[in-house]
Amino acid sequence: MGIVKTDKLTFEYIRRDEEGNVEGITRAVDEVSLDIKQGDFIAILGHNGSGKSTLAKHMNAILYPTEGTIWVDGKDTTEEEHLWDIRQTAGMVFQNPDNQIIGQVVEEDVGFGPENMGVPTKEIWERVEESLKAVGMYEFRKMSPNKLSGGQKQRVSIAGVIAMHPKCIVLDEPTAMLDPNGRKEVIRAVRALNDVEKITVILITHYMEEVIYADKVYVMDKGRIEMQGTPREIFSKVERLKALRLDVPQVTLLAHELKKNGMDIPDGILTADELASAILGQNGLL
Amino acid sequence: MSLIINHVSHIYSENTAMAVPALKDINLQIKDGEFIGLIGHTGSGKSTLIQHLNGLLKPTSGEIYYNGKDINDEEYDRKGLRGKVGLVFQYPEHQLFETDVFKDVCFGPKNLGLSKKETELRAYEALKQVGIEDEYFYQSPFDLSGGQKRRVAIAGVLAMKPEVLILDEPTAGLDPKGRDEILDLIAKLHRENGITVILVSHSMEDVAKYAKRLIVMNRGEVMFDNAPMEVFKHYSELEKVGLAAPQVIYIMNRLLEKGLNVNTQVSTLEEAKTEILKALR
Repeated sequence: MGIVKTDKLTFEYIRRDEEGNVEGITRAVDEVSLDIKQGDFIAILGHNGSGKSTLAKHMNAILYPTEGTIWVDGKDTTEEEHLWDIRQTAGMVFQNPDNQIIGQVVEEDVGFGPENMGVPTKEIWERVEESLKAVGMYEFRKMSPNKLSGGQKQRVSIAGVIAMHPKCIVLDEPTAMLDPNGRKEVIRAVRALNDVEKITVILITHYMEEVIYADKVYVMDKGRIEMQGTPREIFSKVERLKALRLDVPQVTLLAHELKKNGMDIPDGILTADELASAILGQNGLL
Repeated sequence: MSLIINHVSHIYSENTAMAVPALKDINLQIKDGEFIGLIGHTGSGKSTLIQHLNGLLKPTSGEIYYNGKDINDEEYDRKGLRGKVGLVFQYPEHQLFETDVFKDVCFGPKNLGLSKKETELRAYEALKQVGIEDEYFYQSPFDLSGGQKRRVAIAGVLAMKPEVLILDEPTAGLDPKGRDEILDLIAKLHRENGITVILVSHSMEDVAKYAKRLIVMNRGEVMFDNAPMEVFKHYSELEKVGLAAPQVIYIMNRLLEKGLNVNTQVSTLEEAKTEILKALR
């Protein structure tokens, strides 16, 4: 069993009108079964309302399945005695940086998690230092979070999670509110966690460019997993992604268009270099 | 008829220890019917600039003229100005507040002092323009999807019949399809109603596709002001200030470097495709 495993996980919520009468039931997650390997970088794509955030919230027991089961590090999340273990195993980072920072000073904010876990003071400071270094924010440790940019705040949020030494970190659209620089900073930090610290990363996003580094991509629609595969496999299905209200990176789209015009270019091109080589290769210029 | 920004500077918390210069001697002229992309990283001054254009902020020095009149003159009708220069903020759906969609869109024109009939007519037209169907008119705006909410919020500004529409990151947080829908809507308003559009964005790809003129801000100054294609020539300078040209620019330059005689003067995917096919023929 992997670090996160679900078996026919289903989540339904009841819609009510203003008087509180039941209007109907919405199935936000519909029989999702997946098995995420320890140490993988996983991306979950899906349009607004596809159920990806709802699924993510099951991974650290913010929500519980209506039907089916989810195990985090082998523990069923509905068993209450595992709650703290699960929250510690799978840390979560949310979209809005301003909603998840509570400390007056960066290092205090990062120390909040381990402090609540009862980690001895000396070790808290060690963890704060190593976490801030891991996301490249150590030099800002004495600053007020108010003075940081969005990307810097998100990196502090990530440091706050990794200070709890999780095996897995779930990021729910961590870059949606950031500018291109902030996005780059955050994605770089996340990749480093995965490469260097070997933490399992589950990244939820609708920026296609952020997905190309993933080991595996899941695409959700109407609460179901509609597609899964490597980024290259996923992005070779341009028309299918478009039908799911998604997109592909501009490079991939250009490759796809050139292919439609009769050029011999492989599917699922992900970078400018690959495309340039494919075009030149075809013309004997390489 | 135009917007003229004449030597405008803005300093936040002037005369205090925390004084921050946000705009430094900005000079721009925006003509009727233009579609402008305004780009810059966080803190470059672009939001400060747009808030000057409908009088929400006053310049520390310099003037802003709308149709030949200084909008910061004592007797200038700034309330009327806010109807003519409509500003759609980031995440505008956070500003929806009425009990139903239709009332929410009526709020702007009602505050302009229009009659009930005119207000409702405008609200109806605006909702139609953004593609919200009648069945949603009497629903709570909070029951709509993210993309719909945003369109209702834009309708609220359109109902004031602005001559200039300024949108601050109108696609933030939307999925790719939702993003294209909003941008196509803006392009349609520009085309069919002749509205002047100023689109503030982080995405070079989006701006390149729609804007005819690109203004790049950096550290409170205008760094580039030109056609997108011309601006993208400076892609390495853009990178230095935390921006990037669209991916197609990099592909074209890579091809040229490696010996394919291709015209790198492109800004959109369509143009890139045409040029590559031409070069290979």
